[in-house]
Amino acid sequence: MGVVSSKLGNLGVVTTTLDQVFNWGRNGAMWPLLFGLACCAIEMMATQASDYDMSRFGMELNRASPRQSDLMIVAGRVTRKMAPVVRQLYDQMPYPKYVVSMGDCASCSGVYNNYALVQGVDEIVPVDVYVAGCPPRPEQLIHGIMTLHEKVRGESIRNWAS
Amino acid sequence: MTLMTPDKSQENQQPTQWEGSLEELKGLVSERAFTGETMLLNMGPHHPSTHGVLRVLLELDGEEIINLLPDVGFLHTGIEKNIEHKQYEKGVTLTDRMDYLAPMNNNFSFCLAIEKLVDLDVPERAQIMRVICLELTRINSHLVWLGTHALDMGAMSVFLYAFIQREKILRMFEMISGQRLMTSYMRPGGVWRDFTDEFYTALDSFLSVFPSKVDEFQRLLTNNPLWIDRTQGIGIIEPETALAWGVSGPSLRGSGVNWDLRKAMPYSGYEQYEFTVPLGEHGDVYDRFYIRILEMYESVKIIQQALKKLPRKGPFRSENRKFVPPPRAELGRSMEAVIHHFKLWTEGFSAPDDEVYVAVESPRGELSVYLHGTGGTKPRRVHFKTPSFMHIAAMPVMSKGHFIADLVAIIGSIDIVLGDCDR
Repeated sequence: MGVVSSKLGNLGVVTTTLDQVFNWGRNGAMWPLLFGLACCAIEMMATQASDYDMSRFGMELNRASPRQSDLMIVAGRVTRKMAPVVRQLYDQMPYPKYVVSMGDCASCSGVYNNYALVQGVDEIVPVDVYVAGCPPRPEQLIHGIMTLHEKVRGESIRNWAS
Repeated sequence: MTLMTPDKSQENQQPTQWEGSLEELKGLVSERAFTGETMLLNMGPHHPSTHGVLRVLLELDGEEIINLLPDVGFLHTGIEKNIEHKQYEKGVTLTDRMDYLAPMNNNFSFCLAIEKLVDLDVPERAQIMRVICLELTRINSHLVWLGTHALDMGAMSVFLYAFIQREKILRMFEMISGQRLMTSYMRPGGVWRDFTDEFYTALDSFLSVFPSKVDEFQRLLTNNPLWIDRTQGIGIIEPETALAWGVSGPSLRGSGVNWDLRKAMPYSGYEQYEFTVPLGEHGDVYDRFYIRILEMYESVKIIQQALKKLPRKGPFRSENRKFVPPPRAELGRSMEAVIHHFKLWTEGFSAPDDEVYVAVESPRGELSVYLHGTGGTKPRRVHFKTPSFMHIAAMPVMSKGHFIADLVAIIGSIDIVLGDCDR
């Protein structure tokens, strides 16, 4: 014992549950899909850029391919022409996957109750967190993401199969 | 123990069949595409370099683009139709969301059309305030363009530097309008509120440092051999072709055509400011890039001149109470003010059954509004002729014969916003 601790220092022991390790890993590196639709995408870019710096939450890496991403931030209005594409992108993402509906247009189509828009993206994909605002401030988006992290922290790997 | 055999069910799975017919593309792509000699490739609507949701169908010979068919409409929101059943002043909020990088310009063009339709005066001071906001928006839009254009070509740091400056402008917008992006600050007859004191302070400090920051961006890109290799001689469009396709703004001036609406058909008192219109020579991606860089310096000059002329106190909106609601303080004193306030916020003002057309120089190019009144409080038809739509139409001309990697540069250089294109 004495030899090992003098060579390696006091390593200490951490006991935890498998759930917590998994959720810690997922929260620490939740890669969003590089997917912008309209105005909110500009605020999403601002959130990732210098001033707000989303890399503090391990999210600086936007993947352009849905195969490599865990989180889809639907940033902007979803038109009827775009809806099949959004659904296909969601289907291509591997489990476990999450959706944040950013802004009023994505959540409930906002001020546009008309022929062109899907009235809320939750008609085509399941949404985990809704972020209100037109467009939401970067702080609001960060709050939405922290809320999602909270949700992920409460998940259990026993429920994966369902 | 089981043998590791390849999964037969996966192997036999057919790829998803395309549910269209090639017949639809007859005449749009060359005959070689039908024999399989050239390849048809779909790019977008989800693609990091299409600046939103543009889809293009490419016909490729190796990596060379033979044909390019843009497909727009993935962001069609029906804004024009929505404005038709809103009162004139309420329509302003919807115009923000068209070209979301330059909301003030959209507000302004729509307000200009309303003012022309109902013959409403705008105080001199409000016109100067509008010019300051318009030029700030131009810088704001050019900064996003610079960041994303450089990001598309692999220069990540420019994006981060550009967004530091952009945040300063957004904070200033928040000081005067209460919103970062969707300002709705311009209203028929002037602007919504007066500039606040903190806005003047923030603007002064911004203007004193911003030109040196543009120098910094230039040091990163302008003489960068990699940047020059990727941009010079790419996406050339001749002046005559550009005019024929309706290209406008910096993309047209990159080809050397001296056409800037601020000089050619001045509005909001632009004739009183001294600024130069930067012109390119070759009409390639590099020239279009360099012109936008120079335009940022010119915008700073215009704002500085406007600040000198702007009195700190004075009217910021028209006094014509048939169109402009009275200030809140008057409501307690004057019965007439209460009546005007009630009429304007319940019914709105009426505009004659007449049509107007106005055009302004947005950061992207010529943004024009066609507005037709009914005699009532809502318009019969609103139509926006937007620069992005024209530029996307001209994309095939610019990109034929280039590689796919160059197409990314070309899309960045014409500075398209799909919200502006599809509306």
